[in-house]
Amino acid sequence: MHAPAEQRSEIELELNGETRHGRTEPRTQLCDFLRHDLGATGVHVGCEHGVCGACTVLVDGVASRSCLMLAVQADGRRIDTVESLARDDVMNDLQQAFSRHHALQCGFCTSGILMSCVEFLQRVPTPDEAQVRDMLSGHLCRCTGYTGIVRAVLEVAGQRQSGESQQNASENPNDV
Amino acid sequence: MKAASFDYVRASSKKEVLQLLHEHGEDARILAGGQSLMATLNMRLTQPKVVIDINRVEELNRIRNESGYLAVGAAVRQVQLTDRAELAREVPLLAKALPWIGHFQTRNRGTVCGSVAHADPSAEIPLCLVTLGGSVVLESLKGKRREVPAAEFFQGLLTTDRQPKELISEVRFPLAQDGTDYRFQEIAMRHGDFALVALALCLRADGAHLGVGGVADRPVAQTLPLGDELPAALNTLAWSLGAQDDVHASAAYRRQLVRELGQRLIEEPSHARPR
Amino acid sequence: MSDHSTETRADGSHIGRSQTRFEDQALLRGLGRYADDLATPPGTLHAAVVRSPHAHARVLSVDVSEALALKGVRAVLTGEDVKRWAHPFPVGVRGAPMEHWCLAVDKVRYVGEPVCVVIAEDRYRAEDALDLVRVQYEPLKPVIDPEKAAAEDAPVLHDAVGGNVVNERHFRYGDPDQAFEDADHRVSIKVRFPRNSCTPIECYVVVGQYQPATGVYDILSNFQGPYALHSVMARALNVTSNRLRLRTPPDSGGSFGIKQGVLTYVVLMGLAARKAGAPVKWVEDRLEHLQASSSATNRVADMEAAVDADGRVTALRYDQIDDCGGYLRAPEPATFYRMHGNLTGAYGIRNLAVRNRVVLTNKLPSGLNRGFGGGQMYFALERLMHQVARQLNLDPLEVMRRNLVPADAFPYRTASGALLDSGKYADTVDLALRDGGYQELIQRRDRARAEGKLYGVGLCAVVEPSISNMGYITTALTPEQRRKAGPKNGAVSTATIGIDPLGGITVHVSSTPQGQGHQTVVAQVVAEVLGVDPASILVNVELDTGKDPWSIASGNYSSRFAGAVAGAVHKAALQVRARLANIAATMWEADAERVRFAGGKVFIEDGPSLGFHRVAGTAHWSPALLPDNESGGLRETAFWTPPQLEAPDDDDHINSSLCHGFIFDYCGVEIDRVTGEVHIDRYVTCHDAGRLLNPMLVDGQIRGGFTQALGVALMEEFAYGEDGSFLSGTLADYLLPTAPEAVEPLILHTETPSPFTPLGAKGMGEGNNMSTPVCIANAVADALGRDDIQLPLTPSRVRGLIGIDEPPAPEGLEPLAAPRAGGPALQARDSVVVPASPQTVYDTVLDPETLRAIIPGCHALELEGENQYRADVTVGVGMIKARFAARVRLSDLDPPHSLRLSGSGDSAMGSASGSAHVTLVELDNGHTRLEYVYEVDVGGKIAAVGGRMLQSASKIIIGQVFNRLAQRLTGKPVGGGLWQRLRALIARLLGKGDAS
Ligand SMILES: Cc1cc2nc3c(=O)[nH]c(=O)nc-3n(C[C@H](O)[C@H](O)[C@H](O)COP(=O)(O)OP(=O)(O)OC[C@H]3O[C@@H](n4cnc5c(N)ncnc54)[C@H](O)[C@@H]3O)c2cc1C
Ligand code: FES
Ligand code: FES
Repeated sequence: MHAPAEQRSEIELELNGETRHGRTEPRTQLCDFLRHDLGATGVHVGCEHGVCGACTVLVDGVASRSCLMLAVQADGRRIDTVESLARDDVMNDLQQAFSRHHALQCGFCTSGILMSCVEFLQRVPTPDEAQVRDMLSGHLCRCTGYTGIVRAVLEVAGQRQSGESQQNASENPNDV
Repeated sequence: MKAASFDYVRASSKKEVLQLLHEHGEDARILAGGQSLMATLNMRLTQPKVVIDINRVEELNRIRNESGYLAVGAAVRQVQLTDRAELAREVPLLAKALPWIGHFQTRNRGTVCGSVAHADPSAEIPLCLVTLGGSVVLESLKGKRREVPAAEFFQGLLTTDRQPKELISEVRFPLAQDGTDYRFQEIAMRHGDFALVALALCLRADGAHLGVGGVADRPVAQTLPLGDELPAALNTLAWSLGAQDDVHASAAYRRQLVRELGQRLIEEPSHARPR
Repeated sequence: MSDHSTETRADGSHIGRSQTRFEDQALLRGLGRYADDLATPPGTLHAAVVRSPHAHARVLSVDVSEALALKGVRAVLTGEDVKRWAHPFPVGVRGAPMEHWCLAVDKVRYVGEPVCVVIAEDRYRAEDALDLVRVQYEPLKPVIDPEKAAAEDAPVLHDAVGGNVVNERHFRYGDPDQAFEDADHRVSIKVRFPRNSCTPIECYVVVGQYQPATGVYDILSNFQGPYALHSVMARALNVTSNRLRLRTPPDSGGSFGIKQGVLTYVVLMGLAARKAGAPVKWVEDRLEHLQASSSATNRVADMEAAVDADGRVTALRYDQIDDCGGYLRAPEPATFYRMHGNLTGAYGIRNLAVRNRVVLTNKLPSGLNRGFGGGQMYFALERLMHQVARQLNLDPLEVMRRNLVPADAFPYRTASGALLDSGKYADTVDLALRDGGYQELIQRRDRARAEGKLYGVGLCAVVEPSISNMGYITTALTPEQRRKAGPKNGAVSTATIGIDPLGGITVHVSSTPQGQGHQTVVAQVVAEVLGVDPASILVNVELDTGKDPWSIASGNYSSRFAGAVAGAVHKAALQVRARLANIAATMWEADAERVRFAGGKVFIEDGPSLGFHRVAGTAHWSPALLPDNESGGLRETAFWTPPQLEAPDDDDHINSSLCHGFIFDYCGVEIDRVTGEVHIDRYVTCHDAGRLLNPMLVDGQIRGGFTQALGVALMEEFAYGEDGSFLSGTLADYLLPTAPEAVEPLILHTETPSPFTPLGAKGMGEGNNMSTPVCIANAVADALGRDDIQLPLTPSRVRGLIGIDEPPAPEGLEPLAAPRAGGPALQARDSVVVPASPQTVYDTVLDPETLRAIIPGCHALELEGENQYRADVTVGVGMIKARFAARVRLSDLDPPHSLRLSGSGDSAMGSASGSAHVTLVELDNGHTRLEYVYEVDVGGKIAAVGGRMLQSASKIIIGQVFNRLAQRLTGKPVGGGLWQRLRALIARLLGKGDAS
């Protein structure tokens, strides 16, 4: 693919299970494209230099900073954002646990954190607290002090292990 | 905070990458994991004319265990190494150092070669490469394929021996040697931050080969005597690094950590905190 | 600590219950509507701001022609436009004729100050044009240190003011002089509180529109209040206040006070929209936010206590300087005066002397920041109390206890005029000691010390003010000035409850929450009064000054929600209930007193009953059935203001806040002797915030504030170079605690209801921002036995306090750089040897051709005057490069011995200037050693984002100049760079092979 500067090239990607098209300049950040062209405003932007983690999305199932990717790089990829988590208006187990544990206040950091947790819990299904905190070190939350987040993630991990909770529908694209 | 304009090329083969580098030289930038490049693009600290994306070049996405070394290709992400079960046996120092790099989310995309190309003085991968005596393989369309020893490759802050038309096609980490104990230790302001001081150690019965990151303008490794002579040798090493003050730590602090943490790391293995 | 399951209660009550939040659904599903998520009108343009790279400079000229010529650029707003259409912001103190415009018009006074606004079709293009605006500056000497700024000979920021001290007030309460004279002991301490910021993760957003037909500025922004600032913005926009329609979005990504500072940009984007003739949107980026939004005020405080033999403090003396940055932006100097009533903290000290000076320095203007004024004040007071104990050899706990305001004294009037509403301080302390395991902590400390560890325990007691008196800021004025200005007081809160024809309840509050869960608590309060399900209530927290009820105290600050806003909600709900009871009573021909509201029904015990919606619907559907005193419709607005918040009196007594919570904290820290890392072993925080409306949210506030305070204590600081450059421009430079650094405090509560608020609640959201920094500092002081504790306690600083006893450098390895205090940011020396005589070298340097060749990345060099050139150069390291329009000069010529080579320039990435003094030393072999000492100043973006690398970068770039010179003289690259020489040296010293 060769996308010339200042021209908008056509790209196609799968966003939250749906095929989406758009035209974008090479320099456009993926987060800007997802938010302003595709309407996925659940993706938040807090720093544009890779530190805050608010913009984290899954790229082919892998938690990645969308401010550190170009939109053109998402061409042909599968992108999942926070909007993919609830099914039929029902929040998934992680989202529910976040609410129960008061793991969010302003909610600005939350969507990125949730997306990191999705991949993390697949890779590390039975984490200890230190591992959860290590995973969260890639996110800045200014409101909560992280306690509720840590508790929510540990609780969901426990529930999933004991089979108490299903990560909502089984056709979840994040189940690999 | 938005990048200036550039052409984007998604390369599909190494040949194409080399051709593009040949054509554009200084004006081109390789886009590997983007975990350093994208932020500098967004801040307009770098304004290339062409960005060459190597993320989909399959032939660069290889890890090979050759006789004597582990070769890591240009598109191999840091997470691929952390996921590699054999790494702890193959290159134990690297296995210990990798978890200290940034965060799981940045390791998911950041590449091994990208870190070497970027040459941040605090970066863990260059430190391991220098300490282990590894090398960097550079390729260009017209020039000879070069293998440069790591100690010569890193020339200063963000400055390396790579020429504008060259691609780092792989880096080579020497495999573990029997009778050597590998240790890694780092002090940073926060979990995942660039190191204030990072120490990488290959300890043998007859001496310690100690690498220091975050202090000089590049990673530096030095063989030190054990026993009574060690403190003086560490002191010499500490002073030689030209430590400087910055907003997060004083030069004296950095020197002192080289001396005291260096000593701890060499003499008390329990002080190598795993991550 | 309470366990936060979502309990339900048999009696259907909701207030005081840990209700999970109604906000969460939307936020967790990515359906929040933050300012940048909302639709903008068609044709909306995007702004980017040209900002000063200099801390202090005169703006000589601004040339926007190239920028305007760029495709996609629609307009550029300049200082000229602003002077034509706008006014400077009104300033909160008299007699300081300082002009603060929303754009620099004559001078720039801090790095990042807006100079122009480029308006283009999208943000990317707007930023392209930033690089094309040419601004010529004449750099002036900056002043950064507040004490130096207050001195006679300091560079003056505002010429019209004539000095940098823009407000000075002296206060005396009781008889402090006598008390000090009579004192058995006098204990003093001098502390500095750093600049920092609670840095929300969402930055500022403004969408400005201007309607020429009506002259209305219609502006959407994530502004948080206080709405007293609406008048400030309207005045700056030069319109009557009904012509500034200010709106807030439904959700906000945090503020913690910081979003008060968006007020400058509200005005700026209003004007930008006017200039462009179209709506203009601006989304602040993180670099802009860190360098030019707002921050806490840094303070220097000299304090003294008069103490009797048993540790009772009889008087306090404060001598404080607040550094408000380049401009005194409203509501400053409020950082001082918010705490004025409670300057004696939790202690019954009757004699007090205060000197407050407000100075301006070349830093970003300060403003509200969670814990506003408290972090600063308690850092001084509680460090002093700790010091009293140390000096008198008493237990710090005992000293605090002896001085606490006794329980039978409430409501207690402090020396400076606060009316402490309620509290049982001694009991709260006892509770905290018992339930937090204080004795065990002390044993831990003793054990740790016996093992040779550095372990300390710190304590602090804090009175947490909430619900600010809108008149407290006038304490900065003299009584005469206040008389002229007219009295200011009170704190009006508002709430509106509307019930629609089908009984749906919508509540509106002007509280502009930023994540605190106001919607949930409001629903709890209304549900309890009206006997309905809280989940059925919709709470609207958007505020539109064009159509919603609001007042100057509206907004989200001074922890006013639980006490004042929830109180107004309660009042409005009671009004609604009274009307409904009246309606039902008329229907049932019963006494209104007997009408009950519960379970979604309106009823009389053992009598008639109707659904809530039926009774409420009557007001809409069948007004004819209503009692005579009912006019139909159902919407009640309540305004509430507490009478206790009076204007300052002529003796400067001020009840600065309505409520005063109490916090008692203690902690144990262990310090790593080698690394200097401070590990919080245990932290106990005990709060009395009156009645708790939702304990789960209360603990959430405590944890959040605590973690921010942990950052203040250990890592956060807005760093400025001596040259005024801002060095904390990214979130990799300005460090916030992440999950591994965060620690979980043990949270304890006791509830002494406030007699002054409708629900007995007090504010509690800021307490730990006041208590935790000093509590940790006291613990570190205890661990190290040191008095000179400065925040943030970074590993390097702490290790410095422990002491670094460095063995000397081996010969030849002595450090090359010896930075001179007060000098430029970067300074170093180096040398290179060239095989030519000094005369040859000298002549070569003076040759313009050579100069062109040795300046790295020099595209063009033009003679401008004798030994003076204009150059176009690209310099950088690695991939980071910037193109400078530079001036190069050779001076101090002493052929063939020495000369000075200097250069300075501006680029889109910032400014840089450097100067190298070169000495040529002839060596025995006829060759020359070029020794150079150089200094470099870097400003703007490069300094802000590259802090960690500036030293090494300048070394590389300067080194390049001289190596190229050497190369030119020899025709080949010279080895023998510093590193090569060092390697050889180390190898020799160690007697080993070459270092690798
Ligand atoms: C929040 C955060 C924290 C981080 N913390 C750390 C840390 O603690 N330690 C650490 O070491 N790093 C850290 N990093 C940086 C990270 O490790 C980067 O991934 C790495 O430095 C660069 O690798 P990359 O693949 O992302 O390269 P890119 O960003 O794509 O490229 C970096 C530079 O190298 C060049 N380049 C890349 N590959 C090649 C090649 N094959 N040949 C020639 N040139 C090439 C590029 O053109 C560019 O100039 C952090 C990053 C972030 C965002
Ligand atoms: S916006 Fe991407 S990490 Fe902060
Ligand atoms: S909830 Fe506000 S930043 Fe995390």
